Amino acid sequence: MEKVKQLKAKFIGYVKKDKHRSRSKLKRLFFGMKFTDGLFYKIMIYLMLVGLGYIYLYPMMYMISNSFMTMSDIINVSVNWIPSQFTLENYRLVWDAIDYPKALLDGVILAGLPALSATISSALIGYGFAKYNFPFKRILMALMILTFIIPPQITMMPTFRMYANYDLLGSIMTFIYPAILGQGFNGAIYILIFYSFFRMIPNSLMESAQLDGAGPMKIFLKIAIPLAIPAIIIVFLFSFVWYYNETYLSGLFLRGSDMLTLPLRVEQFIINYTSIYPEGSRARELMQSAKLAGNILTILPLLILFFFTQRHFVEAIDKTGITGE
Amino acid sequence: MFKIFGKIKDIFSSYIIEPVSRFFKTTIHVFKEIFRFIYHTIKLVFVIIPVSIYKKIKVLKLEDVKRFFKDLPKNVFVNYPKAVYRTVKNLRFKSILDISYTHIVLFNKIKIKRTNRRREAFTGLAFILLWIVGYLVFSLYPVFNSLFLSFFKVRLAGADIQRDFLLFNNYRAAFLSDPYFVEILLNYALSMILNVPVTIVFALIIAMLINQNIRGKGIWRTIFFLPVIIASGPVISELMNQGATTLPSIEEYYFIDLVIDNVGTFLANPIQALFDQILFVLWFAGIQILIFLAGLQKIDQSIYEAAMIDGASPWEAFWKITLPSIKPLITISVIYTVVSMSVFSLNEVIIYIRGKMLGESTPAITTGYGYTATLSWIYFIVMALIILIFVGALNIRGRKAH
Repeated sequence: MEKVKQLKAKFIGYVKKDKHRSRSKLKRLFFGMKFTDGLFYKIMIYLMLVGLGYIYLYPMMYMISNSFMTMSDIINVSVNWIPSQFTLENYRLVWDAIDYPKALLDGVILAGLPALSATISSALIGYGFAKYNFPFKRILMALMILTFIIPPQITMMPTFRMYANYDLLGSIMTFIYPAILGQGFNGAIYILIFYSFFRMIPNSLMESAQLDGAGPMKIFLKIAIPLAIPAIIIVFLFSFVWYYNETYLSGLFLRGSDMLTLPLRVEQFIINYTSIYPEGSRARELMQSAKLAGNILTILPLLILFFFTQRHFVEAIDKTGITGE
Repeated sequence: MFKIFGKIKDIFSSYIIEPVSRFFKTTIHVFKEIFRFIYHTIKLVFVIIPVSIYKKIKVLKLEDVKRFFKDLPKNVFVNYPKAVYRTVKNLRFKSILDISYTHIVLFNKIKIKRTNRRREAFTGLAFILLWIVGYLVFSLYPVFNSLFLSFFKVRLAGADIQRDFLLFNNYRAAFLSDPYFVEILLNYALSMILNVPVTIVFALIIAMLINQNIRGKGIWRTIFFLPVIIASGPVISELMNQGATTLPSIEEYYFIDLVIDNVGTFLANPIQALFDQILFVLWFAGIQILIFLAGLQKIDQSIYEAAMIDGASPWEAFWKITLPSIKPLITISVIYTVVSMSVFSLNEVIIYIRGKMLGESTPAITTGYGYTATLSWIYFIVMALIILIFVGALNIRGRKAH
């Protein structure tokens, strides 16, 4: 009690004696020495982050919560986020309609094999660009970066005809061939990632291996590749995700085949399902939650992948050397 | 036992031999096509266009030109090789190729010194050989082929292709008689000019927020990167249909109505569209946030301290230190944003182009491959112009600051 009294007296004295000083202390607490280290600033930052984070996650949350709703919940205005009746019926509908395990396996194969071949080829190409000097190297590099800007609509048609001539349409080869030749979806980015990664490996390592009698291929396999494992993981993950989500070209090249990417399969299911019901009918509007359940099933594998490997994704840009060393 | 061997053989032939042989066939075909393309371009530039101009005046004899070009492939592919082969045969070499450690001797005549530099160049080229082949087959050939086709009316008759030369008629049709193309192209250009700065500004704001001294940086980075993982065409189109790409509270403010009422319908539509899809636009910022974050972390903190001592406010420090040092990254992200938005599978223009290619078309216009090629080239040129405008605008501002 003594101590409390003492403190109280001290505090009152403090306020009475030196109003100015206490106010300045409060001010310092809120605004800090140079504004950016004060409490006020911190709160503002967190508020903005939470607000923006809400905006970013809003569609996700909308998808998840609405996909568990029953039809009556969707029309009910008072039910906003939490469904009054938790149902898995939507998921079961989509799961059965698209034969989810098979569709998932197809999707993973359709994304995984091209991603793997893109990783292998871009590692080779990036190594060639990074470690060797040859005539016209700068021009070739410039051409490679330019391929990123060329939209697929331009190259799509002759490629389509070429595939049609050789009966390749509808097979996974339509994606593997460009990928293994370094021309896959966003291929220039992968090559650049490997390029900047191999540039960081000191040349003396390669030279010492050469003195020990290793050939270029052996140096590449035994020295460069083990050092580039982070880059390999990054490139594989990114190309996997991009191939998995790709629908424009795969919608064209895989038309009519029974092997479709998962987003396309779900889209097809939605089109089939809506065509059963006439335009403007109630049942058609009410299948919202089934569509959303389909979307969730589409992105679920990616979310699981992202959950385990998000560190690689997020640190990818730091490792590409895009900021220029 | 034999059954198993038979099965292995089947698998081997169907999974390895067939694709490989098909691939080689494709490559050979492509080279053939490239030759044909060069031949046709020469024909186009030196014969068809001049002839079509001179036809009215009738100075040039068409038959002479035709005969010359009729003989040309025969000369190039039959007569010249024959002559070369004959001379080679007459020389009577002991060996065609002789490789020693210091020299490579071809035909006992041509000596190539093996220097370290040449060896290095050879290995380097061997490493990127895959890319060179791929570039020729999947980039250079299709690009020039579609440019070439855009001057023709192409008809497919079975495996054969008939081409009718149209000069610029396809381009004229795209601008004058196509009822939708110009409209959606203009819409695309306007929305691009509105959306890209919004994306970049938000990416920069978010990157700067994360770069502050806060807790749980990793979690925030993950949240803002998440859309890159899940943003595929069908998912986003479904969300857009259900109105989940706009915040419910945005529509309640009269601000947007005010803006739309005051700028006229020409700009109002893209602005309305921007607010309708504001989340979708922001979702494109994932990679850019990471690019900016990497750039911001590279800036030396002591520069800020020095500026503070000189009395600069955080606001001034942002404009004088932060922005100039990440300017090259802004250029990169602008290019990335424009490209990724332009090739995204929900883009109206590319859906329209694909529809034209597959024949879902209006009957009034010449459709088919030739017209599709024209549309995609116009689209590419517009996209390149937008990139140039943005990059130019960024650089002009930079020059003023100095």
